[in-house]
Formats: sequence, structure tokens, C-alpha cells
Amino acid sequence: MSATANYLLHLADNAVVLGQRNAEWCGHGPVIEEDIALANVSLDLIGQARLLYQEAAARLGGDATEDRLAYFRDVPEFRNYTLLELPHHAALVGYAKTDLDYGVTIVRNFLYSALMVLVWDALQQSKDEQLAAIAAKSLKESSYHLRHSRDWLLRLGDGTDESHARTQAALDHLLPYTEEFWSASALEAEALAAGVDVAALRDQWNEIVDDALAEATLARPTFAGGYVTEGKQGLHSEHLGFLLAEMQSLARAHPQASW
Amino acid sequence: MGSPSTSEATLRAAWAALDVLCDPEIPVVTLRELGILRDVRWGGAGLEVVITPTYSGCPAMGQIEDDVRATLAAAGLQARIITQLAPAWTTDWMSEAARDKLRAWGIAPPQQRCASAQGGGASVLRFVRQAATAVVCPRCGSSHTVESSHFGSTACKALYKCLDCQEPFDYFKPY
Repeated sequence: MSATANYLLHLADNAVVLGQRNAEWCGHGPVIEEDIALANVSLDLIGQARLLYQEAAARLGGDATEDRLAYFRDVPEFRNYTLLELPHHAALVGYAKTDLDYGVTIVRNFLYSALMVLVWDALQQSKDEQLAAIAAKSLKESSYHLRHSRDWLLRLGDGTDESHARTQAALDHLLPYTEEFWSASALEAEALAAGVDVAALRDQWNEIVDDALAEATLARPTFAGGYVTEGKQGLHSEHLGFLLAEMQSLARAHPQASW
Repeated sequence: MGSPSTSEATLRAAWAALDVLCDPEIPVVTLRELGILRDVRWGGAGLEVVITPTYSGCPAMGQIEDDVRATLAAAGLQARIITQLAPAWTTDWMSEAARDKLRAWGIAPPQQRCASAQGGGASVLRFVRQAATAVVCPRCGSSHTVESSHFGSTACKALYKCLDCQEPFDYFKPY
């Protein structure tokens, strides 16, 4: 069965939002190698998003194009996980400014890549040939992102007292947001039809995460229950609007521009 | 499309023109040697050139398409350019000649095959474990090297340093 345009948009929005977030490090990386690394990860993610938006646009028909989907939809139309739109620092109101925290960046990239290697691995067997082709390409990229972020997770977790404390704090802050990966929603039925039962990947995801946390000497916080975020259903944090404002402003100011 | 013999000749001319077309980023290897140029063939509407991206976001793809079009135009030919995703590009397709040229250019070629990295392994930890391979320095041939960054000047390369001759170098990642 072919994937719905809505499900392709979920995958594309995940990639574009995290790609945009990671690109904030461009020119500000903690060391030049990581500055380049994060820009490269963003390039992969934005490349994946483009392929998915092109495919979604083809299925939606009408005047849909990849650019319209990326630049002319508003917050409630985005289907990305809330985790991916959060700023690179601990919880603060949307307009607050503070230093970017590389620990948050690394923990998030790790938690997301650990999911996506499993999702792309399943989707490369999808009956939807175009989606399967995109998944096979993306799997290679996400595996590399996982290795990169896992490597840094170990360095920071098993590093100095400060790097350990900040990485642990980032994990405590971000891990509850991963509950959204497993929550039931209409989108999960669309994922299943496209070829992946996301909730069933939970044990494998735990295996990848626990293995790395043990090696990084980090403690996994237990989820105490409470609100599970719903970004994938269009209910976002206040942070996505700020991110989209920056990402979309140029295209909206010059809607007919081409370059 | 003309008679069978003319179309044969056109295909041969197109291959001959494109065969020497180099990658815009690494101008010592051809697109064919890198495995980016997949096919030149007759389609429903005439000549078709099939290319495949190395990485989803490779910014050179637009340039490659323009280069293919310009190269064909210089040979008096026109083609539809098709970007094909499956099967996904792999460095396994890189020819031996291309590996030698990369080395001579100062880029260490991919040192392992990655066909086994795909799907269906016994453990999910296959995604995180990487076989340790010693990357050989393209300048002095030493395998006493160390990775300084997972990513280099382009998405397809990592940054290494030789501990013997002290030179930093790019490594074309097995992919």
C-alpha cells in the first residue's frame, strides 16, 4: 500500500525541523570539526526532507511543491515530533535567549537517530517503492548520524565532571519527549500501512539507548508519567513558531524568487 | 530517434561524451567511475541519462545535471536526465581505477565494502558498531592514522590525520 501524503509529511517535517535546528551551530560549533559535522548532518536531513516533500507534493497534486510544503505551511500543519523543535538548551520560554548547549544537541541527535535507523530499516521493505528507495538512502545517513552522536555521547558522558553533569541534565530534560515516539495516534495507523509499526520498535530502541548510556556512564531517568507531547498531531511547543519564522521568512518575503 | 544504426551511433556518441565527464567536487574521477552516472539509454521520448545522488542532500547534484546537459549539447545531443534513487548509491560501485585516482589526488579511498551494512541483522546494535579498519594515509602509505572528525569538507568524506607524516587528509567514507 502506498504511504499517505500525511505520513510522508511527518517524516519530512521531522527531518527539516531537526535539520534547521542543527544548522544553528553553523559558525558557532564548539570546535571547527563539530561545526562542519553538524552542518553535514543538517545537509543530510534537509536532503531527506526534500525527497519526501517532493514525493508528498506529487501525491497531493494541485499546486503543492516541495517549497510550498516547507515554507508556506504554519505551525499546526507541521507533523514533526516536539522533541525535534526544542532549542539547544534546557527548558526556557520561547523568546528567552541563552547559550546553546552541545549536550542537548548530542543527546537529541542520538535519541532521534536511534529511532530513525529502525524506522528506515523497516521502511526500506515498504511496498511503497518510492518510500522504500528514500528509506534505503536515509538509513545509510541516519546510521552515520547515530555513530557520530553516540561517539560524542560517550565522550561527554564519560568525560569531565561538568560534561557528565550537563549531558545527564540534557538526558533528563529530553528523554520524556521520546514518549511521543510510541503514543497511539491516527498517524501511527498511516505508518503501519506504509510498512512500519513504530510502537513495536520500542524494545530495539531501548537496547540501542541503554547500551550507549551504560557505556557513557549516564543514568536513564524513569518517565514519571504525565503529558506526552503531540507534535506529530500538529500540537506543538511555542518553540516551533520561532524556528519556522526564521526558516520561512525569506521564501515568504520573496514568494516568486528562484535561484 | 532514427534508424536502429543511427540510434546505436547516437548512444555510442553520448557514452563517449559522458564517459570523460568528471565529478565537479573531485575533478580527477569521472561520474561513471564514481557510480553516479548509471545509464545512457533510449526512452519513450528519446535519449535518457540516468544519474543517482551519492547523499540525499548532495549539493553537487544540480551542478552534475547541468554538466551532463552541457556536455551532451557540446556533442550536439539532447537528453532527458532522470534522477534515480534505487538502488541506493554505494561506494562499492567505485571502480579500482577511481580508487587509485582518489589516492593520487590525496583522498584515501573507501577501505571496506559495505554491502553487509544493510538490513536484517541479528541485533540492532549492528547500527552502532563499526568494524575498526586502519585507513591508509594517501601520502606516505602509513596505516598509523587517526580519525579527527566524522565529517570532512563534504558529506561523503571524513577527516583523518596521519601520525607518521603528520599530514591531515580526507577519507572517502565506505557508504
